Amino acid sequence: MRAADTARLAAESMLRYPLRTVMMLLATSIGVASVLALTSLGEGARRFVTGEFSSLGTNLVIVMPGKTETSGGGLMLLAGETPRDLTLEDAEAVLRSPYVSTVAPVMVGAAPISWGGLEREVPVLGSTRSLLGIRHWNMAIGDFLPKLDMDRAAPVCVLGGVLRREFFGDQSPVGKWMRIGDRRCRVIGVLATEGRSVGIDVGEIVVIPVASGQALFNSPSLFRIIAQARSRETMDKAKADMIRIIKERHYGEEDVTVITQDAVLGTFDTIFNALTMALAGIASISLIVAGVLIMNVMLVAVSQRTEEIGLLKALGAKRRQIIALFLTEAGFLSVTGAVAGVMFGYTAVFILRRVFPALDFTPPLWAVGAAFGVAIVSGLLFGILPARRAARLEPVAALTGQ
Amino acid sequence: MKASRPARQLYVISSTESLSDRAIAETSKPIIELKGLRREFQVGDELVHALNGIDLQITAGEYVSIMGPSGSGKSTLLYILGLLDVPTAGGYRLAGVNTAQMNDDERASARQRDIGFIFQSFHLVPRMSAAENVELPMTLAGVAPDERRERVKQALEGVALADRAGHRPDQLSGGQRQRVAIARAIVTQPKVLLADEPTGNLDTASGDEVLHIMEALNQQGLTLIVVTHDPDVGERAGRHIGLHDGDVASDRVTGAGE
Repeated sequence: MRAADTARLAAESMLRYPLRTVMMLLATSIGVASVLALTSLGEGARRFVTGEFSSLGTNLVIVMPGKTETSGGGLMLLAGETPRDLTLEDAEAVLRSPYVSTVAPVMVGAAPISWGGLEREVPVLGSTRSLLGIRHWNMAIGDFLPKLDMDRAAPVCVLGGVLRREFFGDQSPVGKWMRIGDRRCRVIGVLATEGRSVGIDVGEIVVIPVASGQALFNSPSLFRIIAQARSRETMDKAKADMIRIIKERHYGEEDVTVITQDAVLGTFDTIFNALTMALAGIASISLIVAGVLIMNVMLVAVSQRTEEIGLLKALGAKRRQIIALFLTEAGFLSVTGAVAGVMFGYTAVFILRRVFPALDFTPPLWAVGAAFGVAIVSGLLFGILPARRAARLEPVAALTGQ
Repeated sequence: MKASRPARQLYVISSTESLSDRAIAETSKPIIELKGLRREFQVGDELVHALNGIDLQITAGEYVSIMGPSGSGKSTLLYILGLLDVPTAGGYRLAGVNTAQMNDDERASARQRDIGFIFQSFHLVPRMSAAENVELPMTLAGVAPDERRERVKQALEGVALADRAGHRPDQLSGGQRQRVAIARAIVTQPKVLLADEPTGNLDTASGDEVLHIMEALNQQGLTLIVVTHDPDVGERAGRHIGLHDGDVASDRVTGAGE
């Protein structure tokens, strides 16, 4: 029999029972659609988290006070060991490494800021001018912190865009004197960059020189030292250098944690990819269920069409022709179901995006391919049993409808 | 048609030769030879002997009726002749080929090549038009679409249904349906036409019409075997075989049919 004829006959019998066909298509397409929707959830979460970390900047090596121990940490803490503070001197020292191009010390606190009768509590970031380049921030108006020595305070501040609107509306805030805690500062610029980054909304912060921050919060200790390596390749060397330098300064004690952005990103990538795979696996079970349903319905179809199969045999159909007919039908059903499922899936993803615009829901291409493949393979595999049963029917019994 | 098959070739020659030459070929060549053919069924604990060692020769071009009461084994015999059923014991040569060694697929090929079936209940595919039903055996055989169309047209003209080609079976009368079935049976140019109660579901007039068409085909050289319990139908054949409890009870020749 010609392939075109096999396809035509299979398609005809598919169209003869529209309800049955629609049910089977529905089963397959729900399976495929759920794979797409679930993997896009996982992928969306992954993109969200990695996006947060990449928005920090590029080639960053971050120093945090305190050493995270994987074992015995609890005991050490009980023994009363307190990590030494990170200081501005540490930040300056780190710059000595040939692999480090820039360093920004960061301290964080919260303080009330006020202007013209308006007041609110905001996160205050103490840093230096290098932070602008490290974080890839842009300015909307004015300029970022002036280029000062790290330990020089200055009564200036830079506002986030949201704060600027809240306090000044359409007015330009540049040159205005605001009160932060018990100090005054002159607004010298407004950040254009907005949106959340690692839990902080850039639109709602005030940035002041790091020395001013130390005075404001009356504390010498830094929250982080963010250093930028000269290149991606030298990040590990930069990290080793920084640990060595700080260890020397802290009397041989390695009481800081240094992480590279790559490592963090890599870890999250691995975790979320595993999560997405797990979701895909769970959703694939529905594809297997769809396959079982196809088998079930095909078995019913074989007994419904016993007489027709008997006739085909009387007319000279060989076993493999009967098998080909039923497998082609199962194949059509699963391909059509898979195509419909991909469309359903993308519709679901589209709706998800509308509902949660913060997350970038996109089904990964491998998931689309895998769902498609699994749908077709399971449809065909589960189509084999009914097809063989049809092919094995005794022609006489089939013709007389027994 | 493949030239490498001697049996097939013989048919091709005989169908193109003159009537008198074919008559010689017919008498000299048995198309069906049965030797000690037995068929037993296991029904529960009981072994039913449907056919009890049948010896029979049917010559190419004969018009044979097989008659007998129900349970006499006539349908079983027809199915075995049509290679749809396999005998328990005994030999069956179809067109000189021993069928005992054939496997499933070889029997399917032999059915496709040599045998045409007519059933009491027509067995047309309900969703297909008359033309598509006639086309089906050629579709299964992998005949090219152009050739299929041409032969469908000829076959439907042969049963005077060219104007009903596009009708589905439920739009045709019983007689017309059986004529479509005849067209389907002969479109592959078989050697033997096997009819199982071909008029059983028809009124006298359309039954008569159907028999006429089959007899006309027989006169063109097609071997015709009709299974029936209707004496009026059986008497029209040239040779009458009576079956009783799985044995040939009578075998008489009354002439060349009609």
